[in-house]
Amino acid sequence: MSAALQLDDVSCTFISRDRPGQRYTAVRDVTLTVGAGEFVSVVGPTGCGKSTLLNVAAGLLAPSTGSVRVFGQALDGINRRAGYMFQADSLMPWRTALGNVTVGLEFRGLAPAEARTLGEAWLKRVGLGGFGDRYPHQLSGGMRKRTSLAQTLALDPDIILMDEPFSALDVQTRQLMENEVLALWAGGGESRARKAVLFITHDLDEAIAMSDRVVVMSAGPAARPIGEFAIDLERPRDVAEVRTDARFIQLHNAIWAVLREEVLKGYAQQLQGKAA
Amino acid sequence: MRAPRPASSTHDGSLADGAGESALPGAGSPSSRAMWSRLRPNPGNLRWWQAGVLLAVFGVWHLLTAPGLIPPLLFENDQQAAFFFGEPLKILARIWDWFAVSRDIYGHLAVTLLETVLAFVIGTGLGLAFGLWLALSPVAAGILDPYIKALNSMPRVILAPIFAVWFGLGVASKVALGVTLVFFIVFFNVYQGVREVSPVVLANARMLGADRRQLLRHVYLPSATSWVFSSLHTSVGLAFVGAVVGEYLGSARGVGYLILQAEGTFDINTVMAGILVLTAFALLLDAAVSRIERSLMRWQPRAGETERL
Repeated sequence: MSAALQLDDVSCTFISRDRPGQRYTAVRDVTLTVGAGEFVSVVGPTGCGKSTLLNVAAGLLAPSTGSVRVFGQALDGINRRAGYMFQADSLMPWRTALGNVTVGLEFRGLAPAEARTLGEAWLKRVGLGGFGDRYPHQLSGGMRKRTSLAQTLALDPDIILMDEPFSALDVQTRQLMENEVLALWAGGGESRARKAVLFITHDLDEAIAMSDRVVVMSAGPAARPIGEFAIDLERPRDVAEVRTDARFIQLHNAIWAVLREEVLKGYAQQLQGKAA
Repeated sequence: MRAPRPASSTHDGSLADGAGESALPGAGSPSSRAMWSRLRPNPGNLRWWQAGVLLAVFGVWHLLTAPGLIPPLLFENDQQAAFFFGEPLKILARIWDWFAVSRDIYGHLAVTLLETVLAFVIGTGLGLAFGLWLALSPVAAGILDPYIKALNSMPRVILAPIFAVWFGLGVASKVALGVTLVFFIVFFNVYQGVREVSPVVLANARMLGADRRQLLRHVYLPSATSWVFSSLHTSVGLAFVGAVVGEYLGSARGVGYLILQAEGTFDINTVMAGILVLTAFALLLDAAVSRIERSLMRWQPRAGETERL
């Protein structure tokens, strides 16, 4: 069976709109595979083009060179088999929580009544049963993220792309959400196979606790993967408890040894950029 | 806008400490002080104070203009103030006559309101359509940009005589004038609104499977409506301006026409009465827009709103 998501030699070069001569290569020659049902995290210093990679995988951004394959087929336009959880608030403020969950179903032509039933079921699953009639501004940050999660999962995508979805949450809410995502992923769609997940984060603990595999990116510009670690911790995991596991610490040290240098490099570049 | 609070807040509850506070208005006895604390401006009696301001303005107006009431201050005889500024009692009598006795204003008012509403609806519709089109089609926007700027900076009220020639002296020429005023307000707001759609919400809608039409219907349009509504108060006022100015420049019906007629005979009371009626109806239109806005914009957070569980 072919991989759920395969990026081959993907490079992304952006041209400055004001000065066409100036170019910025965010990622260069990235080859990355996510197997069906696999949970892969990408970690790296800030500004290493992690989000760029995710946008390429989503089909929101066409790579300058290289190709993207989704279940063996070349990707053209939006990736219809993927759901995307954004870092920033992505809910439509003019729709209620339920309206936001059902909007994707409506786009796909589901009858309103059917979409409503499904949407309500999903809201219940993410713990927002009684909050369907609230507008996003009436929900807390964590509740908005849950709504986003329900919105993404309601479409039952085969691939889930997550861009630091919990970075804006406080630590407790964050661990709760991480466990919930893991539970939903593990038990995802009872009869169906697990979903493939490409998870972007700058938090190494989060990456190790949740993933099957962690990919480390180099500092940008022209970032590329420089290390790959299989996470052989037992599942099901509790993200809070697993952090004290001896194997977890071992893996953490090994990955941090690779990541540390890149983080420092990235930081130095940012300082230089500011000085220039 | 608030009236200054008299003295300090220590006077509020403590009725016992009477000494040294005679500077406070009505501080003479406990009962008169309690009266004052009830009467002085606070959110509860705001309406009464607003009505009081209105009464005061009319009172002063009456005092200064009524012939023979006080010796003329600026004019040579006591009839001139009334001639130039009108007399409130006669103005109110005129309004009463229009609405209750001769009942001849309703036809004129209906014409003016019809022109206003038509100008408002057509101008808003066109502004919305063009705003969406140009915001979503950068090429067209690039080509038309200088012409839109030129049309917008043109003093468009001057088009009224041209519209009168094109569309005659009836309703159509006034509507056309109102439309030119309303269109640009709505157009620029929609244009801005569409361009300021959150890119994340847009990308999310695309990932959720929205095609171009669905993006327009479910993302661009709702996002633009909040901008449109912020412009509706201005544009309903301008639609009114278009209607009245159009009538004033040439017509056979409408409140603007009434004012023009009265001006021709130096009947300043009727002119003032017309202006007051127009103002009242402009306020009513504005209130109607606010009402619609509140029901349609329920999703927008209001300052200080708390969750009701």
